[in-house]
Amino acid sequence: MLFVPGDNAGALSTAFIYKPDSIMFDLEDAVAPSEKDAARLLVFQALRLPEYRDIERVVRINGLHTQFGMHDLEAAVAGGADVVRLPKTETADEIRALDAHVEWIEQDCGRPVGDTKLMAAVESAEGVVNAVLIATASPRMVAIAIAGFDYLVDMQTKRSGGAEPELFYARAAVLHAARAAHIDAFDVVYGDVDDDEGFLREVAIARQLGFNGKSLIHPRQIELLHHAYAPTGDELAYARRVLAAADEAHRHGLGVVALDGKMIDPPVIAQAQMVLQRAEAA
Amino acid sequence: MKVIKEAIAGTLESSDLMVKVAPGTTGKRDIVVHSEVIKQFGAQIRRVVADALDKLAVTEGSIVVEDKGALDCVIRARVQTAVLRGAAIADFPRNALS
Repeated sequence: MLFVPGDNAGALSTAFIYKPDSIMFDLEDAVAPSEKDAARLLVFQALRLPEYRDIERVVRINGLHTQFGMHDLEAAVAGGADVVRLPKTETADEIRALDAHVEWIEQDCGRPVGDTKLMAAVESAEGVVNAVLIATASPRMVAIAIAGFDYLVDMQTKRSGGAEPELFYARAAVLHAARAAHIDAFDVVYGDVDDDEGFLREVAIARQLGFNGKSLIHPRQIELLHHAYAPTGDELAYARRVLAAADEAHRHGLGVVALDGKMIDPPVIAQAQMVLQRAEAA
Repeated sequence: MKVIKEAIAGTLESSDLMVKVAPGTTGKRDIVVHSEVIKQFGAQIRRVVADALDKLAVTEGSIVVEDKGALDCVIRARVQTAVLRGAAIADFPRNALS
Protein backbone atom coordinates (compact mmCIF):
# COMPACT_ATOMS: atom_id res chain seq x y z
CA MET A 1 0.00 0.00 0.00
CA LEU A 2 1.77 3.11 -1.30
CA PHE A 3 1.04 6.41 0.47
CA VAL A 4 0.62 9.43 -1.85
CA PRO A 5 0.19 12.92 -0.36
CA GLY A 6 -3.21 14.19 -1.44
CA ASP A 7 -1.95 17.71 -2.10
CA ASN A 8 0.87 16.68 -4.46
CA ALA A 9 -0.49 17.07 -8.00
CA GLY A 10 2.61 15.56 -9.58
CA ALA A 11 2.54 12.45 -7.41
CA LEU A 12 -1.19 11.99 -7.89
CA SER A 13 -0.68 12.22 -11.65
CA THR A 14 2.01 9.55 -11.82
CA ALA A 15 1.81 7.15 -8.86
CA PHE A 16 0.04 4.46 -10.91
CA ILE A 17 3.19 3.83 -12.98
CA TYR A 18 4.85 2.15 -9.99
CA LYS A 19 2.14 -0.54 -9.98
CA PRO A 20 1.53 -0.81 -6.24
CA ASP A 21 -1.04 -3.40 -5.11
CA SER A 22 -2.90 -0.61 -3.42
CA ILE A 23 -2.53 3.15 -3.41
CA MET A 24 -3.50 5.33 -0.48
CA PHE A 25 -4.32 8.97 -1.22
CA ASP A 26 -3.58 10.75 2.03
CA LEU A 27 -5.74 13.63 3.20
CA GLU A 28 -4.53 13.42 6.79
CA ASP A 29 -1.01 13.86 8.15
CA ALA A 30 0.68 14.54 4.79
CA VAL A 31 -1.50 17.60 4.14
CA ALA A 32 -1.19 20.97 5.89
CA PRO A 33 -4.45 22.33 7.35
CA SER A 34 -4.43 25.23 4.87
CA GLU A 35 -4.39 22.79 1.93
CA LYS A 36 -6.99 20.28 3.14
CA ASP A 37 -9.64 21.67 0.79
CA ALA A 38 -7.30 21.57 -2.19
CA ALA A 39 -6.12 18.03 -1.45
CA ARG A 40 -9.71 16.82 -1.05
CA LEU A 41 -10.58 18.09 -4.54
CA LEU A 42 -7.39 16.75 -6.10
CA VAL A 43 -8.08 13.30 -4.68
CA PHE A 44 -11.77 13.47 -5.66
CA GLN A 45 -10.70 14.08 -9.26
CA ALA A 46 -7.72 11.68 -9.24
CA LEU A 47 -9.97 8.81 -8.12
CA ARG A 48 -11.61 9.01 -11.53
CA LEU A 49 -8.40 8.65 -13.53
CA PRO A 50 -8.73 5.51 -15.65
CA GLU A 51 -5.07 4.70 -14.97
CA TYR A 52 -6.01 3.87 -11.36
CA ARG A 53 -8.82 1.51 -12.35
CA ASP A 54 -6.77 -1.66 -11.83
CA ILE A 55 -5.23 -0.54 -8.53
CA GLU A 56 -7.06 -0.67 -5.20
CA ARG A 57 -7.73 2.98 -4.33
CA VAL A 58 -7.71 3.83 -0.64
CA VAL A 59 -8.33 7.29 0.81
CA ARG A 60 -7.06 8.15 4.27
CA ILE A 61 -9.49 10.71 5.59
CA ASN A 62 -9.09 12.98 8.59
CA GLY A 63 -10.86 11.77 11.73
CA LEU A 64 -14.61 12.36 11.76
CA HIS A 65 -14.24 14.48 14.90
CA THR A 66 -12.17 17.03 12.95
CA GLN A 67 -13.58 19.84 10.80
CA PHE A 68 -12.27 18.04 7.70
CA GLY A 69 -13.38 14.45 8.24
CA MET A 70 -16.94 14.50 6.93
CA HIS A 71 -16.05 16.45 3.78
CA ASP A 72 -13.14 14.06 3.16
CA LEU A 73 -15.51 11.13 3.51
CA GLU A 74 -17.95 12.63 1.01
CA ALA A 75 -15.13 13.15 -1.48
CA ALA A 76 -13.82 9.61 -1.00
CA VAL A 77 -17.14 7.80 -1.26
CA ALA A 78 -18.65 9.96 -4.00
CA GLY A 79 -15.34 9.89 -5.87
CA GLY A 80 -15.45 6.10 -5.98
CA ALA A 81 -12.70 5.08 -3.53
CA ASP A 82 -12.57 1.33 -2.99
CA VAL A 83 -11.57 1.69 0.65
CA VAL A 84 -11.73 4.45 3.27
CA ARG A 85 -8.95 4.34 5.85
CA LEU A 86 -9.77 5.80 9.25
CA PRO A 87 -6.67 6.99 11.12
CA LYS A 88 -6.10 6.84 14.85
CA THR A 89 -8.97 4.43 15.43
CA GLU A 90 -9.46 3.65 19.10
CA THR A 91 -12.92 2.11 19.46
CA ALA A 92 -15.44 0.02 17.56
CA ASP A 93 -17.96 2.85 17.90
CA GLU A 94 -15.81 4.99 15.59
CA ILE A 95 -16.03 2.31 12.90
CA ARG A 96 -19.77 1.91 13.39
CA ALA A 97 -20.24 5.68 13.06
CA LEU A 98 -18.08 5.70 9.93
CA ASP A 99 -20.11 2.82 8.49
CA ALA A 100 -23.37 4.74 9.04
CA HIS A 101 -22.02 7.89 7.37
CA VAL A 102 -20.67 5.91 4.41
CA GLU A 103 -24.04 4.23 3.90
CA TRP A 104 -25.79 7.60 3.86
CA ILE A 105 -23.35 9.01 1.29
CA GLU A 106 -23.60 5.89 -0.87
CA GLN A 107 -27.39 6.21 -0.95
CA ASP A 108 -27.19 9.93 -1.64
CA CYS A 109 -24.73 9.65 -4.53
CA GLY A 110 -26.21 6.53 -6.09
CA ARG A 111 -23.46 4.10 -5.21
CA PRO A 112 -24.53 0.55 -4.23
CA VAL A 113 -24.82 0.30 -0.46
CA GLY A 114 -21.92 -1.73 0.90
CA ASP A 115 -19.66 -1.00 -2.09
CA THR A 116 -17.23 1.12 -0.06
CA LYS A 117 -14.95 -0.91 2.18
CA LEU A 118 -13.25 0.26 5.35
CA MET A 119 -9.90 -0.18 6.99
CA ALA A 120 -8.77 1.06 10.37
CA ALA A 121 -5.35 2.21 11.44
CA VAL A 122 -4.64 1.75 15.12
CA GLU A 123 -2.05 4.17 16.41
CA SER A 124 -2.41 4.08 20.20
CA ALA A 125 -2.44 1.69 23.13
CA GLU A 126 -6.24 1.97 23.32
CA GLY A 127 -6.57 1.12 19.63
CA VAL A 128 -4.32 -1.92 19.98
CA VAL A 129 -6.19 -3.17 23.06
CA ASN A 130 -9.51 -2.79 21.16
CA ALA A 131 -8.17 -4.26 17.91
CA VAL A 132 -10.54 -7.26 17.83
CA LEU A 133 -13.60 -5.10 18.45
CA ILE A 134 -12.45 -2.64 15.79
CA ALA A 135 -11.72 -5.36 13.22
CA THR A 136 -15.16 -6.92 13.69
CA ALA A 137 -17.16 -3.69 14.01
CA SER A 138 -18.50 -3.61 10.44
CA PRO A 139 -18.99 -6.02 7.54
CA ARG A 140 -17.30 -3.35 5.41
CA MET A 141 -13.99 -3.88 7.22
CA VAL A 142 -11.35 -5.38 4.91
CA ALA A 143 -8.13 -4.56 6.74
CA ILE A 144 -6.52 -3.23 9.89
CA ALA A 145 -3.12 -1.57 10.06
CA ILE A 146 -0.73 -0.75 12.84
CA ALA A 147 0.82 2.72 12.60
CA GLY A 148 4.08 2.73 14.49
CA PHE A 149 5.06 6.36 14.97
CA ASP A 150 2.05 7.55 16.95
CA TYR A 151 1.76 4.21 18.75
CA LEU A 152 5.33 4.36 20.06
CA VAL A 153 4.86 7.94 21.23
CA ASP A 154 1.74 6.81 23.08
CA MET A 155 3.74 3.96 24.60
CA GLN A 156 6.43 6.43 25.69
CA THR A 157 9.18 4.67 23.75
CA LYS A 158 10.83 4.79 20.31
CA ARG A 159 11.94 2.56 17.44
CA SER A 160 14.96 0.43 18.36
CA GLY A 161 15.81 -1.36 15.10
CA GLY A 162 16.71 -5.03 15.15
CA ALA A 163 13.85 -7.26 16.29
CA GLU A 164 11.83 -4.22 17.43
CA PRO A 165 10.51 -5.68 20.70
CA GLU A 166 8.67 -2.41 21.35
CA LEU A 167 6.29 -3.24 18.47
CA PHE A 168 5.87 -6.94 19.15
CA TYR A 169 2.69 -6.79 21.24
CA ALA A 170 0.97 -4.33 18.89
CA ARG A 171 1.89 -6.35 15.82
CA ALA A 172 0.69 -9.57 17.42
CA ALA A 173 -2.54 -7.99 18.68
CA VAL A 174 -3.42 -6.39 15.35
CA LEU A 175 -2.56 -9.54 13.46
CA HIS A 176 -4.69 -11.72 15.74
CA ALA A 177 -7.56 -9.27 15.38
CA ALA A 178 -7.26 -9.43 11.60
CA ARG A 179 -7.17 -13.19 11.52
CA ALA A 180 -10.11 -13.51 13.92
CA ALA A 181 -12.09 -11.12 11.69
CA HIS A 182 -10.85 -12.75 8.45
CA ILE A 183 -9.47 -9.48 7.12
CA ASP A 184 -6.01 -8.31 6.02
CA ALA A 185 -3.33 -6.87 8.29
CA PHE A 186 -0.75 -4.25 7.28
CA ASP A 187 2.49 -3.58 9.07
CA VAL A 188 3.97 -0.18 9.95
CA VAL A 189 5.64 2.33 7.63
CA TYR A 190 9.43 2.26 7.48
CA GLY A 191 10.38 5.91 7.33
CA ASP A 192 14.03 5.85 6.22
CA VAL A 193 13.63 5.40 2.47
CA ASP A 194 17.39 5.26 1.90
CA ASP A 195 17.91 2.35 4.30
CA ASP A 196 17.08 -0.75 2.25
CA GLU A 197 18.74 -3.04 4.77
CA GLY A 198 16.63 -1.76 7.66
CA PHE A 199 13.50 -1.86 5.51
CA LEU A 200 14.10 -5.47 4.51
CA ARG A 201 14.83 -6.44 8.11
CA GLU A 202 11.43 -5.05 9.08
CA VAL A 203 9.74 -6.71 6.09
CA ALA A 204 11.17 -10.04 7.22
CA ILE A 205 9.58 -9.58 10.64
CA ALA A 206 6.21 -8.63 9.13
CA ARG A 207 6.25 -11.51 6.68
CA GLN A 208 7.25 -14.08 9.28
CA LEU A 209 4.54 -12.91 11.67
CA GLY A 210 1.96 -13.23 8.90
CA PHE A 211 1.13 -9.67 7.82
CA ASN A 212 -0.41 -9.40 4.35
CA GLY A 213 1.77 -6.43 3.50
CA LYS A 214 3.22 -3.19 4.63
CA SER A 215 2.37 0.48 4.31
CA LEU A 216 4.95 2.19 2.06
CA ILE A 217 5.92 5.82 1.71
CA HIS A 218 8.24 5.62 -1.31
CA PRO A 219 7.82 3.90 -4.69
CA ARG A 220 11.28 2.30 -4.48
CA GLN A 221 10.06 0.22 -1.54
CA ILE A 222 7.42 -1.50 -3.73
CA GLU A 223 9.79 -3.77 -5.62
CA LEU A 224 11.76 -4.57 -2.46
CA LEU A 225 8.56 -5.59 -0.70
CA HIS A 226 7.22 -7.64 -3.61
CA HIS A 227 10.53 -9.44 -3.92
CA ALA A 228 10.71 -10.15 -0.19
CA TYR A 229 7.15 -11.50 -0.10
CA ALA A 230 7.59 -13.62 -3.21
CA PRO A 231 8.22 -17.31 -2.48
CA THR A 232 11.59 -18.75 -3.42
CA GLY A 233 11.89 -21.16 -6.32
CA ASP A 234 12.20 -24.08 -3.90
CA GLU A 235 9.11 -22.98 -1.95
CA LEU A 236 7.13 -22.65 -5.16
CA ALA A 237 8.25 -26.01 -6.50
CA TYR A 238 7.37 -27.74 -3.21
CA ALA A 239 3.96 -26.03 -3.09
CA ARG A 240 3.19 -27.28 -6.60
CA ARG A 241 4.22 -30.82 -5.63
CA VAL A 242 2.01 -30.63 -2.52
CA LEU A 243 -1.00 -29.55 -4.54
CA ALA A 244 -0.33 -32.21 -7.18
CA ALA A 245 -0.10 -34.86 -4.48
CA ALA A 246 -3.30 -33.62 -2.85
CA ASP A 247 -5.06 -33.62 -6.19
CA GLU A 248 -3.89 -37.17 -6.83
CA ALA A 249 -5.13 -38.26 -3.39
CA HIS A 250 -8.48 -36.60 -4.01
CA ARG A 251 -8.90 -38.41 -7.33
CA HIS A 252 -8.24 -41.71 -5.60
CA GLY A 253 -10.61 -40.94 -2.76
CA LEU A 254 -7.85 -40.69 -0.14
CA GLY A 255 -8.17 -38.22 2.74
CA VAL A 256 -4.49 -37.97 3.51
CA VAL A 257 -1.39 -38.55 1.42
CA ALA A 258 2.35 -38.48 2.10
CA LEU A 259 4.98 -36.51 0.20
CA ASP A 260 8.69 -37.10 0.88
CA GLY A 261 7.64 -39.01 4.00
CA LYS A 262 5.57 -36.12 5.39
CA MET A 263 1.81 -36.11 5.80
CA ILE A 264 -0.07 -33.76 3.46
CA ASP A 265 -3.20 -32.67 5.32
CA PRO A 266 -5.52 -29.65 4.89
CA PRO A 267 -3.24 -27.10 6.68
CA VAL A 268 -0.30 -28.12 4.49
CA ILE A 269 -2.48 -27.78 1.38
CA ALA A 270 -3.69 -24.36 2.53
CA GLN A 271 -0.07 -23.30 3.05
CA ALA A 272 0.81 -24.45 -0.47
CA GLN A 273 -2.12 -22.51 -1.92
CA MET A 274 -0.95 -19.41 -0.05
CA VAL A 275 2.53 -19.79 -1.57
CA LEU A 276 1.03 -19.89 -5.05
CA GLN A 277 -1.12 -16.84 -4.32
CA ARG A 278 1.96 -14.93 -3.15
CA ALA A 279 3.83 -15.95 -6.30
CA GLU A 280 0.97 -14.65 -8.45
CA ALA A 281 0.79 -11.41 -6.47
CA ALA A 282 4.52 -10.83 -6.86
CA MET B 1 -21.69 30.61 -7.43
CA LYS B 2 -20.28 34.11 -7.01
CA VAL B 3 -16.60 34.89 -6.56
CA ILE B 4 -16.55 37.52 -3.83
CA LYS B 5 -12.85 37.78 -3.09
CA GLU B 6 -9.48 37.06 -4.64
CA ALA B 7 -8.24 33.52 -4.14
CA ILE B 8 -5.40 31.27 -5.33
CA ALA B 9 -5.06 27.50 -5.64
CA GLY B 10 -2.26 25.24 -6.84
CA THR B 11 1.47 25.60 -7.35
CA LEU B 12 3.91 26.32 -10.15
CA GLU B 13 5.52 22.89 -9.84
CA SER B 14 5.66 20.50 -12.78
CA SER B 15 2.37 18.67 -13.48
CA ASP B 16 0.46 21.31 -11.52
CA LEU B 17 -0.99 24.73 -12.22
CA MET B 18 -1.83 27.88 -10.33
CA VAL B 19 -5.30 29.37 -10.63
CA LYS B 20 -6.12 32.90 -9.50
CA VAL B 21 -9.71 34.08 -9.31
CA ALA B 22 -11.06 37.54 -8.54
CA PRO B 23 -14.52 39.13 -8.44
CA GLY B 24 -15.79 40.29 -11.82
CA THR B 25 -16.10 43.88 -12.91
CA THR B 26 -17.31 43.32 -16.46
CA GLY B 27 -20.36 41.14 -15.90
CA LYS B 28 -18.73 38.20 -17.70
CA ARG B 29 -16.01 35.61 -17.27
CA ASP B 30 -12.51 36.68 -18.25
CA ILE B 31 -10.33 33.59 -18.62
CA VAL B 32 -6.60 33.90 -19.29
CA VAL B 33 -4.49 30.76 -19.80
CA HIS B 34 -0.70 30.64 -19.80
CA SER B 35 0.93 27.29 -20.43
CA GLU B 36 4.22 25.81 -21.52
CA VAL B 37 2.19 23.56 -23.80
CA ILE B 38 -0.30 26.17 -25.01
CA LYS B 39 0.16 25.28 -28.69
CA GLN B 40 -0.56 21.59 -28.16
CA PHE B 41 -3.09 21.70 -25.33
CA GLY B 42 -4.32 25.29 -25.03
CA ALA B 43 -7.77 24.52 -26.41
CA GLN B 44 -8.17 21.46 -24.18
CA ILE B 45 -7.08 23.42 -21.08
CA ARG B 46 -9.63 26.13 -21.88
CA ARG B 47 -12.35 23.51 -22.33
CA VAL B 48 -11.64 21.93 -18.95
CA VAL B 49 -11.48 25.31 -17.19
CA ALA B 50 -14.74 26.45 -18.79
CA ASP B 51 -16.50 23.18 -17.97
CA ALA B 52 -15.41 23.33 -14.31
CA LEU B 53 -16.64 26.93 -14.11
CA ASP B 54 -19.95 26.04 -15.80
CA LYS B 55 -20.62 23.24 -13.32
CA LEU B 56 -19.94 25.64 -10.45
CA ALA B 57 -22.26 28.16 -12.13
CA VAL B 58 -19.57 30.84 -12.19
CA THR B 59 -20.76 33.43 -14.70
CA GLU B 60 -18.63 36.38 -13.74
CA GLY B 61 -15.09 36.97 -12.60
CA SER B 62 -11.43 36.94 -13.57
CA ILE B 63 -9.75 33.52 -13.87
CA VAL B 64 -6.03 33.38 -14.60
CA VAL B 65 -4.38 30.00 -15.16
CA GLU B 66 -0.61 29.34 -15.09
CA ASP B 67 -0.29 25.77 -16.30
CA LYS B 68 2.79 23.61 -15.83
CA GLY B 69 1.67 20.56 -17.76
CA ALA B 70 -1.15 19.41 -15.49
CA LEU B 71 -3.56 16.59 -16.31
CA ASP B 72 -7.20 17.51 -16.88
CA CYS B 73 -8.19 16.14 -13.46
CA VAL B 74 -5.64 18.43 -11.77
CA ILE B 75 -6.82 21.45 -13.78
CA ARG B 76 -10.40 20.74 -12.78
CA ALA B 77 -9.49 20.33 -9.09
CA ARG B 78 -7.43 23.54 -8.97
CA VAL B 79 -10.15 25.61 -10.65
CA GLN B 80 -12.73 24.19 -8.24
CA THR B 81 -10.52 24.93 -5.24
CA ALA B 82 -9.83 28.53 -6.31
CA VAL B 83 -13.52 29.21 -6.96
CA LEU B 84 -14.69 27.67 -3.68
CA ARG B 85 -12.10 29.72 -1.83
CA GLY B 86 -13.08 32.85 -3.75
CA ALA B 87 -16.73 32.21 -3.01
CA ALA B 88 -15.94 31.54 0.68
CA ILE B 89 -17.60 28.11 0.54
CA ALA B 90 -16.14 25.70 3.06
CA ASP B 91 -18.29 22.63 2.47
CA PHE B 92 -18.09 20.07 -0.34
CA PRO B 93 -20.76 20.82 -2.97
CA ARG B 94 -20.28 17.48 -4.66
CA ASN B 95 -23.03 17.85 -7.25
CA ALA B 96 -21.20 20.84 -8.73
CA LEU B 97 -17.82 19.12 -8.78
CA SER B 98 -18.18 16.21 -11.21
